[in-house]
Amino acid sequence: MDNITSLKLFWPESVLTVATLAMFIQDLLVRRSPRRELVLTVGALFWLGLTAAALAITPAGNVPLFGGLLQHDPFRIFFGWLFLGAALLTILIVPKSQQISPARLGEFFGLLFALLLGMFLMASATDLLMIYLSVETVSLVSYVLTGFHRHDRKANEAALKYVIYGGVASGVMLYGMSILYGLFATTHLTGDGGIGAQLADVTSRLFLAHAFGGQPAAQLALVVAVVFVLAGVGYKIASVPFHMWCPDVYEGAPTPFTAFLSVGPKAAGFAVAIRFFFAAFERQVPGGGYVAVTELPWPAIIGIISAITMTLGNLTAIVQTNLKRLLAYSSIAHAGYLLMGLAAASTEGVRSILIYLIGYVLMNVGAFLVVIAVSRHTGGEDIRDFRGLGTKAPLAAIALTIFLFSLTGIPPFAGFAGKYLIFAAVVQRGGFWFVLLAVIGVVNSAVSLFYYARIIKAMFLEDALDERAMSVPAIYTGVLVALAVPVMVLGIYWQPMIRWATNAFGGGFAL
Amino acid sequence: MDHPTTSTLLTWMTFLPLAGAALILPVLALRAGGALSKAAGDQICRLIALVASGAVLVLGWYLWRAFDPQNPALQFVQHGRWITAYNIEYFVGVDGISITLVMLTALISFIATIASMPWWPGNAHLDGHHFTQHGVPGYMAMLLILQTGMTGVFVSMDLFLFYVFWEVMLLPMYFLIGIWGGARKEYAAIKFFLYTLAGSVLMLLAIIGLYFYGPQEVVDGRLTHTFNMLKMAQWGRAGGYLAAPLIGSFHFINLAWIAFFIGFAVKIPMFPFHTWLPDAHVEAPTPISVILAGVLLKMGIYGILRINFAILPQATKWAAPAMAVFGTINIVYAAFVCLAQKDLKRMIAYSSVSHMGFCLLGMSAFTQQGIDGAVLNLWTHGLISPMLFLIVGVIYDRAHHRNIEGFGGLAQQVPEYAGLLGLAFFASLGLPGLCGFVSEFTVFLGSLVTWQTLTIISALSVIITAAYYLWAIQRMMLGKLNPTYATLPDVNWRERLTLYPLGALIIVFGFYPQAIFTLIEGSLRNLILPLQ
Repeated sequence: MDNITSLKLFWPESVLTVATLAMFIQDLLVRRSPRRELVLTVGALFWLGLTAAALAITPAGNVPLFGGLLQHDPFRIFFGWLFLGAALLTILIVPKSQQISPARLGEFFGLLFALLLGMFLMASATDLLMIYLSVETVSLVSYVLTGFHRHDRKANEAALKYVIYGGVASGVMLYGMSILYGLFATTHLTGDGGIGAQLADVTSRLFLAHAFGGQPAAQLALVVAVVFVLAGVGYKIASVPFHMWCPDVYEGAPTPFTAFLSVGPKAAGFAVAIRFFFAAFERQVPGGGYVAVTELPWPAIIGIISAITMTLGNLTAIVQTNLKRLLAYSSIAHAGYLLMGLAAASTEGVRSILIYLIGYVLMNVGAFLVVIAVSRHTGGEDIRDFRGLGTKAPLAAIALTIFLFSLTGIPPFAGFAGKYLIFAAVVQRGGFWFVLLAVIGVVNSAVSLFYYARIIKAMFLEDALDERAMSVPAIYTGVLVALAVPVMVLGIYWQPMIRWATNAFGGGFAL
Repeated sequence: MDHPTTSTLLTWMTFLPLAGAALILPVLALRAGGALSKAAGDQICRLIALVASGAVLVLGWYLWRAFDPQNPALQFVQHGRWITAYNIEYFVGVDGISITLVMLTALISFIATIASMPWWPGNAHLDGHHFTQHGVPGYMAMLLILQTGMTGVFVSMDLFLFYVFWEVMLLPMYFLIGIWGGARKEYAAIKFFLYTLAGSVLMLLAIIGLYFYGPQEVVDGRLTHTFNMLKMAQWGRAGGYLAAPLIGSFHFINLAWIAFFIGFAVKIPMFPFHTWLPDAHVEAPTPISVILAGVLLKMGIYGILRINFAILPQATKWAAPAMAVFGTINIVYAAFVCLAQKDLKRMIAYSSVSHMGFCLLGMSAFTQQGIDGAVLNLWTHGLISPMLFLIVGVIYDRAHHRNIEGFGGLAQQVPEYAGLLGLAFFASLGLPGLCGFVSEFTVFLGSLVTWQTLTIISALSVIITAAYYLWAIQRMMLGKLNPTYATLPDVNWRERLTLYPLGALIIVFGFYPQAIFTLIEGSLRNLILPLQ
């Protein structure tokens, strides 16, 4: 589609661009208003609502936009809703969190919208350059938001670490992309002459296999290039070996942003990874299932990364006492589980990732929300700050219990649905290695119970450190209920999630 | 669907307690709003629990009367669709394998609920730290959710539904031990949870395997797999799972069998997965120990019968010697461990391990008597071990310790208690005329044909069992009265209400075990047919 007609399907992104600017302007306009917190929050909700409306009226379809830079398809719409949901929760959480001063609230919201724009682009990018640019947009805004407290040493350290790791990872990714360009002489993943079409074409595959005088050198170059691109994605989703920034950033960043960071950009990273592999490097074969078109072992590579990621995340989480760090390692472990779905390299695998992400957004944001509520009261985020929460704030404690059991993957909570479907997708592939991967996955699930249960133990089984009454803002109570109820309902009744995921990923992407 | 809905009774039995738990929420709201005092709210919650579990017991009685023992097939079926995309169904029913356990769950849950009440006179010694005194709404809600989970496990005929109930049950158990338990409650609770979860996650993979390699059917014009356990059993019996591809160099059925077996062995608990049990029992409050021993341990054996035996008969044959050996180890090893215990509750906990070994030994023989004995043993042990734990609870509530050596001559001071204790101990050691004897004897009768040596070893260990029980009676009840307990009150009415019914049932089924055999025989005959 040409650029002008593409704009019709680009409304959500356009609104987000305007929203970013509008938030900064509004911030200046209400500078002296005593009710600035309320005005800015309502403003942010307004722009978010407008984006949602734009997303809702965008007609369904499956067409390339802007000459193949982006793809408009149900997959993108699915992630759009997921991102908007996470953003809505963040906007509702921020004002009462006591972590973002009212003076800088407009700035925070403006950056959040810029971040959303980057994530939207990540979910629809089908061009190497577009992928790189959108990933960088998200990264740059994330650096700023991580170091939002300029005078806080931990925030500074976190932001710096984030920048350095991010710089290295995106450099590696860009290098990988340049190799891909060298091999295929195009940056398009899809469309005529795109990487996917070239790989599907037998002659170019033969060329690839026999370039350099019959040596499989080009194939090796292809593996290296894809692994390098995976580095950039792996950094966004915090998978081993690009996870080191994660705990420090989660700890140093303002907690409402940590909550968003743990779900939004991670989901966006998976959107890129899924599109990258399934639009170009995996071909559906008749009768279901996919093969890596160059007969290269992508499932093995991703499976190994997945196994290491979840094992390391879980084992390290066991020894954490700071809850934000613990949840950081737990989110690394969850990246590992999600990668299992990618390693399965099947339609079911992708759908299970999408379903997992729905539950993950609900339960992880919910867990961070309780962390915020507790640190408002105690000023700390250690596990011992949660002692006696069961009597001090029963509702928050019960909600956190639900979220943690859901994160463990115990029925009847939404986390179980996602986890079950991921394991099912892997087992369905059959064979020793896939079964081994699934076994590693379930053993990790059992291990994760150990550290999640420590928090539950502190809340219900141990006495409070002090007798001070704890107040949870009404809006937090409302959001907690609004998160806990779907976690339970979707855990028992999966049908809607399955429908959304099937709709989003019908069976591969358009070439 | 080939099992049309015939009754909603099982759904009522399963979800009535859950509805009761939901009723506790408005009580909490009223209490928080100030409309109810704390004490009144507690009483209402207790009443809700009592009424809900009592109602289930009545329904259980009706189930027993209406159950047709001549029909070995599934009865009281209810069938509904749940997650259509994967053909997961809400499918419940009972047959001879599960009928006794559904009844047992209803009975033991009610007894445990009574044992959780502080209402009867003679309870003045209960202080604020006693489990009946603090966090009452939470306790009652957990107890009711637990009952839903337990009943659900026994009535589910859809493997997925089974797994969900199996896991759901863990959560309330964790809190019941962890919040209302004894000194090392946190350790015991997490150990129980981790052991069981570690076992059950492997089971989850095996369930997925059974699904994908299992039978297919057309639903809504779409070819799909099924979690229906009956269809899986048909498929497995016909050798369908033998065709599943090798995993590495292992047969799928053997790996799946092992995965299920480990999951269930943790629950039984079978040596070497039994170490969570003494801790959980010792730390759990009395009613929870009652439920643990009376119902939860039965789930392991039930699962093996329902899944390993019914769906994977070929692998069951392959693994029979291992089951028999592990059963014997359970019987003998745990009996010797009992002999060494100083804590009365720990001793009884280990005796449970020993008695569950009889089930393993009996069913691995693949004879009618063996498997009948094993399932009867679930019933008899389900009556005897709750009584034993209640007996321990009585003395612990009064003396605040359970050290066997720390008593002495109690029979003079508390004759009624001594009599009940004697009855329970003798029932457990297998005195003829009491129901424990019948099941043990039937197990030996059945297993002697197949496993001579192992059966003889196991039978000899009954001497050890007699030794530790008699020795305990001697140390606690006989001899000179320990002056510390010169004013020890005898059992009160709350305790009588729980002890006498169990004692009566122990005697009744000691003389008339046929009532149970009639119920279970038909289905069990079909179950072992492909194994012989």
